Amino acid sequence: MTISIDPQKTNNESLQPKGWLRYFSFSLDHKVIGIQYLVCGFLFYLIGGTLASAIRIELASPMSDFMPRDVYNQVLTLHGTIMIFLWIVPVVNGAFGNYLIPFYVGARDMAFPRLNAVAFWLIPPSGLMLVASYFVEGAAQAGWTAYPPLSITTPQSGQIIWILSVLLLGGSSIFGGINFIATIIKLRRPGLKLMQLPMYCWAMLGTSLLVVLSTPVLAGTLILLSFDIIANTGFFNPVLGGNVVVYQHLFWFYSHPAVYIMVLPAFGLVSEILPVHARKPLFGYTTMVFSIMGIVVLGLVVWAHHMFTSGTPPWMRLFFTIATAFIAVPTGIKFFNWVATLWGGRISINSAMLFSCGFIINFVFGGITGVALAQVPFDIHVHDTYFVVAHFHYIVYGGTVFIIFSSIYHWFPKVTGKMLNEKFGILHFIITFIGFNLCFAPQHWLGLNGMPRRVAEYDPQFQFVNQISSLGALLMAISTIPFLINVFLSVRNGKDAGDNPWNALTPEWLTSSPPPVENWEGEAPLVEEPYGYGKEISEQK
Amino acid sequence: MTTLDSSKEIQKNNSEVNETHEDFRMFGLITFLIADGMTFAGFFAAYLTYKAVNPLPDGAIYELELPIPTLNTILLLVSSATFHKAGKALLKGKNSDSQKWLVFTAFLGIMFLICQLFEYFHLPFGLTDNLFASTFYALTGFHGLHVTLGTLMILIIAWQSRINGGRLTSQNMFPLEAVELYWHFVDGIWVILFIILYLL
Amino acid sequence: MLNKNIYLILIFSFIFAISFWIGFNVNLLPAEASINAPIYDELFKILFIIGLIIFIGMTIAVIYSLFKFRKKNDQIGDGIALEGNLSLEIVWTIIPSIIVLLIGLYSYNIYDRMGGMKELNHNHEMMSSNTEKIWAGISQTSDNEIAINNLPIEVSAMQFAFLFNYPKGNFISGELHVPVDQKISMKMESKDVIHAFWVPEFRIKQDIIPGQPTILNFTPTKVGKYPIICAELCGPYHGGMRASIIVEEESDYNEWFNKNKKPEVNL
Ligand code: HEA
Ligand code: HEA
Ligand code: CUA
Ligand SMILES: [Cu+2]
Repeated sequence: MTISIDPQKTNNESLQPKGWLRYFSFSLDHKVIGIQYLVCGFLFYLIGGTLASAIRIELASPMSDFMPRDVYNQVLTLHGTIMIFLWIVPVVNGAFGNYLIPFYVGARDMAFPRLNAVAFWLIPPSGLMLVASYFVEGAAQAGWTAYPPLSITTPQSGQIIWILSVLLLGGSSIFGGINFIATIIKLRRPGLKLMQLPMYCWAMLGTSLLVVLSTPVLAGTLILLSFDIIANTGFFNPVLGGNVVVYQHLFWFYSHPAVYIMVLPAFGLVSEILPVHARKPLFGYTTMVFSIMGIVVLGLVVWAHHMFTSGTPPWMRLFFTIATAFIAVPTGIKFFNWVATLWGGRISINSAMLFSCGFIINFVFGGITGVALAQVPFDIHVHDTYFVVAHFHYIVYGGTVFIIFSSIYHWFPKVTGKMLNEKFGILHFIITFIGFNLCFAPQHWLGLNGMPRRVAEYDPQFQFVNQISSLGALLMAISTIPFLINVFLSVRNGKDAGDNPWNALTPEWLTSSPPPVENWEGEAPLVEEPYGYGKEISEQK
Repeated sequence: MTTLDSSKEIQKNNSEVNETHEDFRMFGLITFLIADGMTFAGFFAAYLTYKAVNPLPDGAIYELELPIPTLNTILLLVSSATFHKAGKALLKGKNSDSQKWLVFTAFLGIMFLICQLFEYFHLPFGLTDNLFASTFYALTGFHGLHVTLGTLMILIIAWQSRINGGRLTSQNMFPLEAVELYWHFVDGIWVILFIILYLL
Repeated sequence: MLNKNIYLILIFSFIFAISFWIGFNVNLLPAEASINAPIYDELFKILFIIGLIIFIGMTIAVIYSLFKFRKKNDQIGDGIALEGNLSLEIVWTIIPSIIVLLIGLYSYNIYDRMGGMKELNHNHEMMSSNTEKIWAGISQTSDNEIAINNLPIEVSAMQFAFLFNYPKGNFISGELHVPVDQKISMKMESKDVIHAFWVPEFRIKQDIIPGQPTILNFTPTKVGKYPIICAELCGPYHGGMRASIIVEEESDYNEWFNKNKKPEVNL
């Protein structure tokens, strides 16, 4: 028995404002929410990037001359927090997840649309609150890790606002996670099997599991920390008999999984993009699924590799070394599979493809330094130096941010019905790629040779290399210009894209571009082979 | 329109047979409870680590008496059973019976909170006295918050299950089932908490 | 077919050759000035070479496919419908597993040689009379040896300075002077927040955590003056929290020591 699907909108939707206005309203449409996440995240990226530019200006000279030292600490704390909690996490999860997951499972919306909207609307106020804390008594200045006792002894208002806003953002992320799990598991279109889902669904399932299992621990920890600050308890205050290392364990129990929360969705997105532009099926679907789950499981048991110098027992160091290094195996499988996907394809070299390939190269580099960092004796020398800064920017910027750009080039025609300009796109890629490597590659050397992180002043012998790095940062800042121009020009008068400009097979392309309010005019299509390229000529017109 | 209603709508549009819609709201709730449980797990882990690594300085007072918490354990366990009764009654369509059981459950919850407060006022240590005192208050307080919320929700659904104009019927069991699951969860946490905090 | 294999072998040997050449000829590390340093650099070299092989290999593979398999203008249709290849996938699961395992074992060995696998929490009676709990950093000796042979120094870290107390001479110095080739045993304590003791030329680093007095042992091997850097964010002047360690010949050290030594306080 099939209930005929009413193509008319549910009354929720008809009450929503239309046109541009709907992006500023409490909308329940998953596509609108996805765009809201993306735009909001991008604005925070500009703020975080402005702060990064301030960091690089300060570090262009060895003296602390551009801003006072405590302001520098506030700037780097805000930079880290904004980039992670307001840009990467909301965008790779919230934005693309909301936009794509309902299409991929063949649904008309997320499982809990209202919860979804609430989750989004938690973000702008907490982000603004965080930024505004700078103007109150100074923002938090204990780094994004907020290690006590420093975070207990620095000015309180900034730290408290920081905790509050991270708690809200964590809450938003948990709501999102619950929603994704329910949507993927329970809302699948009848007939669609789990192993037929596009890879991004698997990535989001894994990510959401991590979100649900680890974010609450961060919330609990921050609540305890706020008690220490406000109520004078002594959980993490050694003066009152507390133990600061417990904080570090609890914090990293969340924040290590958080790095996979930042990168697994990107793995999913690149798995969608590569097959389309290489015109080949995704290589090794099943192993890809298993490696995602492997990363999820391993990701939960490696947190202490951030604490090798904090007085952890030897057996613990050994265990965490081995466990951490083993993450290279499932991750490696994914990378080899992607290269195998390219191999023998009919590759169109466009912006989306270039950013994806840039991602592969950068991430492998960052991953390899990660595996080196996982080795206790290696880490002892470079812990808390620029080597670590270089490692994670290679992954978060060279990896995730590259994929965000790649995804924007890939899905822009879907969202707007217009093509982005390829010339600008390729220009954007070239400047970003050069600027990025110029900025962060030299930082490895800095770290190895004795420059600690989180300093506003440094040994003059490092000046030249730091200036190269700052030059790279300048290029990165410049690279956003062609991108922004491109987006604005294309939204207004870009080339019409048609419904499916890439001839892609994943479900989101099997409806009009931009999609109608409830995604499909009729019944959702059953896509059994989202990567069936090269199989049936008839399928690709 | 509530979240639940609109999601039901979507589910209806999506599945061929629309009987499973309760299911995925329950599923969402379970996921949420797992997340919530992880918060407690973090607290427990912190407590156990403190116990192992940071012994109390000499002269610090940290002693817990058993009678009240044991009574509290019994109260909560009984309340779980009475809640179950309420559900059964509602399923049979006996709304007023169900309502009585619900009110009784809420009463047990309130008793629990009163006992808890009583214990707080008679403990020989305060929030900031030492590490264990702080952890004790944080854990029991956080749990107490859950009980408070649960009690409020029980009262709300009890109000909703009144016979005329009530929204809680044997056709619409979801609110009751959801709160019941939550309540059992809070009980379960209490049992673990009781073992770790009082018995260990 | 044969042709193809020869190309593969050629490419692989090329990658290996380049990686080894870079690994042995590019020095990214500062001077080696403690017995830890050569051990560390050995590990670094191996990791560097393995990393380069993987990185160069992957980069070549990506760039090659972009050129080789790019869509030519006259081409229509898709690439081959290849969905996977189990044996290939098994190969690239097993090889990284083996590499990672070997690296792990090797770095365990390195760490052991650095003395990192010694027991952690033990009640020390070496430098303090009461049995307070002391944590061990990267130690290189057993407790007994510490008591007999090592030069004890007490480090206190505070916002934003290190102070070095020489219990044998009963004086405090802002500069750390140590004789070369002498095993040093430092007991480090923090007065306020977390700091870290880092000497890049020694390849050692240890957090100094309030409430956790920590022992750190090392043996300098090269005369010279090296920076001591605080590596853990500790407040606005974290960047300025530095000191120097001066490694000198035994005689120079003794001279310095005797000049600063205070007469024994008799109780
Ligand atoms: C998205 C973010 C992200 C990701 C995915 C990773 C991935 C990894 N990270 Fe990273 N990391 C961070 C973000 C991330 N990291 C951040 C933000 C910090 C600093 C936090 C702070 O202190 O502020 C950090 C810090 C950090 C440390 C602590 C350093 C220190 O403070 O001293 C360590 C140590 O083990 C580490 C290791 C790893 C490893 C082993 C991986 C692995 O997952 C990488 C695996 C991938 C590969 C290895 C490449 C592909 C594989 C192959 C091609 C197969 C063949 C390879 C081999 C056989 C080696 N990371
Ligand atoms: C997660 C994502 C992420 C991203 C994308 C970035 C992006 C960048 N990061 Fe950052 N970074 C972190 C996460 C991230 N970072 C974290 C977690 C830390 C650790 C913090 C801590 O220690 O606590 C850190 C720390 C960190 C440091 C170390 C600070 C220190 O230890 O002292 C440095 C120094 O170079 C740095 C630089 C940069 C640069 C140059 C970029 C660039 O890629 C940014 C490029 C973008 C732009 C330049 C934006 C362009 C726009 C404009 C310039 C403005 C135009 C303005 C308007 C139109 C309004 N970052
Ligand atoms: Cu002391 Cu940084
Ligand atoms: Cu980590």
